[in-house]
Parts: sequence; C-alpha cells; structure tokens
Amino acid sequence: MDKPILEVKELKTHFLTDNGSVPAVDGIDFHLNDGEVLGIVGESGSGKSVTSLSIMQLVGQPGKIVDGEILFDGEDLVKASEKRMRQVRGGKIGMIFQEPMTSLNPVYKIGNQLVEALRIHKKMSKDAARKRAIEIMKLVGLPRAEDLMNDYPHQLSGGMRQRVMIAMAMICEPKILIADEPTTALDVTIQAQILDLMKKLNHELNTSIIMITHDLGVVSEVCDRIAVMYAGRIVEEGETKSLLRNPQHPYTKGLVESIPDVRYKKERLYSIPGNVPTPGSVKKGCPFAARCAFAFDKCSEDSPILIDLGDNHRVRCLLHEEENGAELLQTSMK
Amino acid sequence: MLAYTVRRLLMLIPVLVGMSLIVFFMIRAIPGDPATAILGEKASPEAREALTEQLGLNEPWYTQYVEYVGGLLQGDLGESLRTNAPITEELLPFLAATFELALVAMIIAVVIGVNAGIISAWFQNSWFDYTAMVLALVGVSMPIFWLGLMEQWIFAQELGWLPSIGRENVRDPIDPITNIYLLDTLIQGDFEQLGTAFKHLILPSIALATIPMAVIARMTRSSMLEVMRSDYIRTARAKGQKMFLVVYKHSLKNAFIPVLTTIGLQMGLLLGGAVLTETIFSWPGIGRYIIEAINFRDYTVVQSGILVIATIFVLINLIVDLLYAAIDPRIKYQ
Repeated sequence: MDKPILEVKELKTHFLTDNGSVPAVDGIDFHLNDGEVLGIVGESGSGKSVTSLSIMQLVGQPGKIVDGEILFDGEDLVKASEKRMRQVRGGKIGMIFQEPMTSLNPVYKIGNQLVEALRIHKKMSKDAARKRAIEIMKLVGLPRAEDLMNDYPHQLSGGMRQRVMIAMAMICEPKILIADEPTTALDVTIQAQILDLMKKLNHELNTSIIMITHDLGVVSEVCDRIAVMYAGRIVEEGETKSLLRNPQHPYTKGLVESIPDVRYKKERLYSIPGNVPTPGSVKKGCPFAARCAFAFDKCSEDSPILIDLGDNHRVRCLLHEEENGAELLQTSMK
Repeated sequence: MLAYTVRRLLMLIPVLVGMSLIVFFMIRAIPGDPATAILGEKASPEAREALTEQLGLNEPWYTQYVEYVGGLLQGDLGESLRTNAPITEELLPFLAATFELALVAMIIAVVIGVNAGIISAWFQNSWFDYTAMVLALVGVSMPIFWLGLMEQWIFAQELGWLPSIGRENVRDPIDPITNIYLLDTLIQGDFEQLGTAFKHLILPSIALATIPMAVIARMTRSSMLEVMRSDYIRTARAKGQKMFLVVYKHSLKNAFIPVLTTIGLQMGLLLGGAVLTETIFSWPGIGRYIIEAINFRDYTVVQSGILVIATIFVLINLIVDLLYAAIDPRIKYQ
C-alpha cells in the first residue's frame, strides 16, 4: 500500500503570456501510493486542475511545464514522448472531468465513445470491445447497458453521463484515476452515488485515485490523504482524519470552519475573506498572508517552507517556525 | 422528417409566388421592350405594335401574369419571345453546363477549403495558418474576371497546356445525353472526350472555386477553433486518441454544421451567379443564357430562368437543413 505509484516533484506549470510567465502551479510535491485515494483540495484558481492536466501532459496553450518531474512507476512523464503519453492517457491513467454535460462528444453514440479507448490501447476486436463496454457499464451501475450503447449523450441525465465518463476512464483498467471535481455539477443524491462508486472502484479494482475538489465533504468521505493547494502550492498535507480534525495551516482551518453543519443553526457561515490572488501577483512572502487572521510581520517578507510535523503531516506556514505559533492556531477564527 | 420535408416543400409555394411577381415587374421596369429589341431601333412603329400584339404583351399586366402562372402550374415554363422555342427544352443544356461547372468548382472548394481550415485551426498561429488565411483573404478579395484572365493568359496563351474557352472541342463536339459532359462521355465510354471535357473544366472551375474556397476555409477554421476548445475534445485526448483522429473524427463532425451552411449558400450562389466566369470562359451556362435574354428583353426566359434558379437555391438549402439532422443527433425535425 505504501509504495508510491505516482510522484510529483517540484512541478512548475507556467502560462507563458505576452505579459510574462504566470505560475499557475509553482513548485509542488506530492505522491500517490498504490491503491490510495488522495484528495487535492483548494479554491478555484489554486492550480489543482492545472496540476491534474500536467500529469496527463494535456495543459493547453500557452501553458507549459517549465520544471519538475512526474514519476509514474519510476518513469518521468515530463520527458516522455507524445507517442508514449498517448499510451499512458486512457491506458495507464484515466481521467474524468467536472462537467459531464459537455465532456461527452454530442455527435457520437455512447458505445462508440466507450469502445474507442479499448480499440486504441487493447487493439480489441469490435465484438470483444462491445462486450467489455457493456461489462464496464454494468460495473459502474448503468442500467440497461445494451440499449445505452446506441444512445447519444443528450439522451442521458447528468448522473448517468458521469457514470459513462467513469466507465470510459476505467475501461482499460488504468492504475490511476484522476477525477477533476467529478461531483461538482451533480445534485446531492447523485453526488453520494458517484462517490460510492469511486470507493467501490478503489476497493474492488485497487485503482489509485486522485480526487480533485473544492468540497471538503467529498474528501472526508472518500480520501485517505489530503493535499491542500493554495495559489499554485501545497500548503498542507496529511492523512484525512488528522488534517480535518487538527488543521495546522490557517487556510485549511478556514476551509474546515466554513463547512456548514446542519446540527447547529449558526448566525452566519464562516468564510475566508478575500479571494485567491491571481497567480504571480504575490512577489514575496506567503501568498495567503493578505487573507490570514494569524498573519504577522514576517509573513509578508519570508516565503514559508514545508515543515514536517511527523505522522505524514506537513505544513507550509511561518507560524510553525515561531515558538507559540502552534498554540496560537488553536484559537477560533471567529 | 418526412412531414418536415413536405412542409418545407409547401413553403416553396409562397417563395415562388413572391419571386415570380418580383421578376415579372422588375423585367418590365427595365427601359426598352421586346419588340424593339427583336426588330431593332429602325423598325416602324406599326411593325413593333404588331409584334407586341403577337407576343401578347399588349394585354394588361394581370392577364399576362395569370396566363404565365397558369402555364407554370401545368409545368410549362413558357416559350421564348425571341426564338419561340419552349423554354424547358432550351434551358436544360445551359442548366446542365452550369451544374457541371458549379459542382466541380464546389468539390475543389470543399476539399481544399475544409482541409485548409482544419489544418489552420489545428496548428493555430503557425506559418501554415498565416499563409492559408492570407491566401483566403486574397481569395475573397480578388476579382474573378481578373483571375480568369490571368489563368487564360498563363495556362492557355503562354504555356498552352489547357484550352481557354468553351466546354468542348468545337471541331469534334461531344454527343450530349444529359449535357453533363463528364457523365455523357463516361456513359459513352469515350475516354478521349472525357479528357477533353475535363481539360475544359479546369480553368473555369478553379476561377469559380476561389471565393467559396476562401469563405469555406475561414468558416471551417473558426468553427474548428471553437470546437477544439471544448470539454469533449479534452476527453478524447485523455483517452489517448491520436491528434489526427481527435481533429478529423471528434472535432470535424461537431464543427461541420456552420461549414455545411456556408457550402449550401455558396453552391446556390455558384449556380445562379457564375455569370462572370461563364462569360470569360465562354461557358454556355444558365447565367449567360439569362443575361442574353435580358439584353433581348426576352421576358418569359428571364422570368422562368430566375424562377428555376430560385427553386434550386431553396432546394439546396432544404437539403442542407436535412443534412444537419444526419450530422447532429440533437437536431430532430418533426
């Protein structure tokens, strides 16, 4: 279980615009163990989607991986040829996206789109591919799979389309499934079903999963470990329980405190003031300093480094370099 | 689908009634009259009056119109005022000549235009893209008559590779069957004449193809650029599909509807508006037939000729609309 299948080292993905280079992902490290579910959490604009697209080498123009390594089973994908990447995409690493409504090609039948990956990676015959497609559709809980093969995406509901997307990503039995906000566009009951399905895939097929989301409810449900991203960097990383119960970064703490709790009727839900800074706009110091309730002088000067707190828990915050910083964090933010 | 087609065909009736009225009055609004045009300026007023009466042009306009429409309803396009020949018979060879020229031109325009548009979008901002788009701009802005004359000068006059005018060897004419000479010579198995017919087509069809080719290339490029940004294209790439198939399978079918609309409109324009090309290359087409009829104030020929072109235009657009449904399963006609 503890053997990493994917290691991301010092990954930097920048967008090279006319106004200079914008660091969307600015030097992140994380790993994914075999059979593990890792959650990458952050607000919109924190760089989590760019991270996942970087792993697949699918960052669109003008984005470019400028530095770092992405080791998949020891092989650096950053240096891999386009031909090799095509074998990895869909074959070794599957990916599903946020918008099931627009992520399926509207002019081709579901069956056609499902068998495509098999025809690419497994060189299967049409009949065998068809059989396998029906099998995987049943596995992801799609009813009347045979009929669905001949349906077009617009004839399906959002939840069903997301199941089709998952079936499509899983059809070649990839080792890793990257799910980029897979439940965001779905309503709550369907969300729970999709999360259950992902857990099932993880248990039954031993697929390692990277779950990208802004929803802490989702990560607490399915993830073994969590990495919190802020402004293109990982600010805190740890096992789900300890990270959610005992967040060590003010940003994580803010996120946790802004989860609504139906048991208590509060006056107002907590929210972190301000927005994620646009990438590259913070030149020095901690990028969260401007929004941080615990910020002190040093925060706007020094860049925090990742501090290992033990038990797989790491945090990037200057408070932990101070003497009474950790205690200070225990006080409520409200 | 059938009900829709029938409904669309019924809608042809008001269009044709409107067209026939407009043409009927427009041609009569042009100064001059058929009798003078036929007999010449020096004819005596008595002779002119006698001819006018003989042609039935002394009747009030509504009598003339009702008589004309009455003929149309029986499938009779009337008789030429100038030659007395039935227009249906007279017009067909001209129509076939134009059809052949327009079809060949359209095939050239679609094959080159669509592919240039696709490659420009695929390699956006590359040297190919810039070159193709500059050429397309030149193509739409270049006067056809100039291009036609240049072609004749270079390929017929200077190099002597191709015939400069006409559609057959005058000393050895092709036996007409359908008057589409490529087809006729094939039916007769006369490959030498097929070559002759083909050679005669090259220069005029290239001149005629230039503008539609440029318009189609630009439309394809912009439509492809939009489609290639969509989520389902990212999905196709995440499956490990080759870029060639991502472009030609996943993108093109989605991008094709606006392109098809353009092709339909351009085809209609080619059929009706090839006058310049037909004149320069002495192509015995419908455009020249109608222009000549206008010069002779041959009212009936102008009326019927334009009505035929209008009908073809409407039918082409109907076919285009029906093809939409074949391309995009979300489009359903009831």
